[in-house]
Amino acid sequence: MINIRSVNKVYGEGPNAVTALRDINLEVPQGGIYGVVGRSGAGKSTLIRCVNMLETPTSGQVLVDGQDLTQLDEQGLRLARHQIGMIFQHFNLLSSRTVYDNIALPLELMKADSAQIKAAVEPLLELTGLTDKVDHYPSQLSGGQKQRVAIARALATKPKVLLSDEATSALDPHTTRSILELLKNINRELGITILLITHEMEVVKRICDRVALISDGSLIEEDEVGHFFTHPTTALGHEFVETALSQPLPEGLEDRLHANKAPSRRPVIRLTFSGDSVQAPLITQLARQFSVDVSILQAQVEHIQSQVLGRLLAELSGSDEAIAQAMTHLESQPVRLEVLGYVQPV
Amino acid sequence: MSSLSETLSSLSMLATPEQLLQATGETLYMVVVSALISTALGLPLGVLLHVTRKDQFMSRPRLNRVLGAFTNIGRSVPYIILMVSILPLTRFLVGSSIGTNAAIVSLTLSAIPFVARLIEGALNEVPPGLIEAAQAMGAKPMQIITKVLVPEALPGIFNSLTVTVVTLISYSAMAGAVAGGGLGALGINYGYQRFDGMTMLVTVIILVALVQLLQSVGDALVRRVDHR
Repeated sequence: MINIRSVNKVYGEGPNAVTALRDINLEVPQGGIYGVVGRSGAGKSTLIRCVNMLETPTSGQVLVDGQDLTQLDEQGLRLARHQIGMIFQHFNLLSSRTVYDNIALPLELMKADSAQIKAAVEPLLELTGLTDKVDHYPSQLSGGQKQRVAIARALATKPKVLLSDEATSALDPHTTRSILELLKNINRELGITILLITHEMEVVKRICDRVALISDGSLIEEDEVGHFFTHPTTALGHEFVETALSQPLPEGLEDRLHANKAPSRRPVIRLTFSGDSVQAPLITQLARQFSVDVSILQAQVEHIQSQVLGRLLAELSGSDEAIAQAMTHLESQPVRLEVLGYVQPV
Repeated sequence: MSSLSETLSSLSMLATPEQLLQATGETLYMVVVSALISTALGLPLGVLLHVTRKDQFMSRPRLNRVLGAFTNIGRSVPYIILMVSILPLTRFLVGSSIGTNAAIVSLTLSAIPFVARLIEGALNEVPPGLIEAAQAMGAKPMQIITKVLVPEALPGIFNSLTVTVVTLISYSAMAGAVAGGGLGALGINYGYQRFDGMTMLVTVIILVALVQLLQSVGDALVRRVDHR
């Protein structure tokens, strides 16, 4: 649905030129929810703004529904933009218009008459749960309600594509979840393709099918979301996955943890299981085959799209030799093993 | 009204209540007409000054510099000098260089750049994200101006126009000094030239009351359109 081909974006000229995007290639399939993540300043925003030509790429092609937007004249671009809805971090609602009139704006721009506007706006009020707020002004609404208005407005022209520029970044976690639910609903019920950018892995985890990781203007990793979470290939990918999954260590453990091995200290390990290995009876194997005791300190199971991801924090105890053998065994298994440190038994 | 007129008659001043009334009418006439014309011309100029800036959606940096320069020249000529220096133009336009109509020409001319700069300032307050959102919806430049920019800046625009009207009242009094008519002329003729302090005092009181009234009307209008 969206094809980005060899897109480069350079700001400025000569020695002061800043490259914002480097040879980006990306394909968003029809009906998918596609997430682009990266740190601030990585070029995410520039990338999504290239999809509706709010930024013109320096080179490359941007195809939406088969149409190359970089080749259109002003009039053609305006028409194409009616097929591309967009929502923003700061909502960008008109303070001078009521909820109803805000949603009606894109239709007014297309010269729709008031009957057509009413026919389009009312189902959107229903869909976004704003029926009782129809005559309110944005200043009377909460952040989540404002984003709902913005979503309804973006859908008013029945676009095929919805672009979301950090749409939940200004919202609290609870509101974020409800907005993400709404986006997922829209995607399912209206079949709209969604391209979103975010710095929150939580967003990707909850609603995206595919994800691309962008760093310093380049796309460094691209994968199906479940696979990305279990098998990130780049260091930055690992880091992002970690921020989405990590839980704080149990109370007091951090202080007892030593970086160095020493006699009588026991290792604290973290195992990450995914796919089939979730079912493997690893812990009981350790106890039986190596006479190692396993104390579980923390455990979590995450369902990310179709993938199940399990994480286990445990302390191993036994003879040094037994522990060494157990660790070697774990390394040969289809799990990820990390040693967080060593603790003195209490 | 009659009791007011009796009170005025009982004051020991040389100007008659009828003269005061007429002068007040003349002042209002000058202010209202020049405010209307200067808004009609200053609003589009202010919009142009804003939208042609180099980071704006109708960026025309060279046009912007030319318009800006003209506006600055208009703003920097002191009113009293502008008034006398454009007398030939005034005579050509209204057939006379004295009287309220003559004053309207110079008042309007000095107010246009004033209105334009104030409105440009009000438009600068509109968050750029709104313009971007409108562009993403496929709005034409004219639609961005009429449906987004001006409605969103309306509270600021009404504030600007209130400031303009109040300024025009004080300028119209200055026009009175060179036979422009209105309260200013009355105050100068009686209060200054004939040493009639009471007439001076009464004209000042009327001017103060006018300013207060127009400012409250302006504030009420701003409150009405401000949903921010």
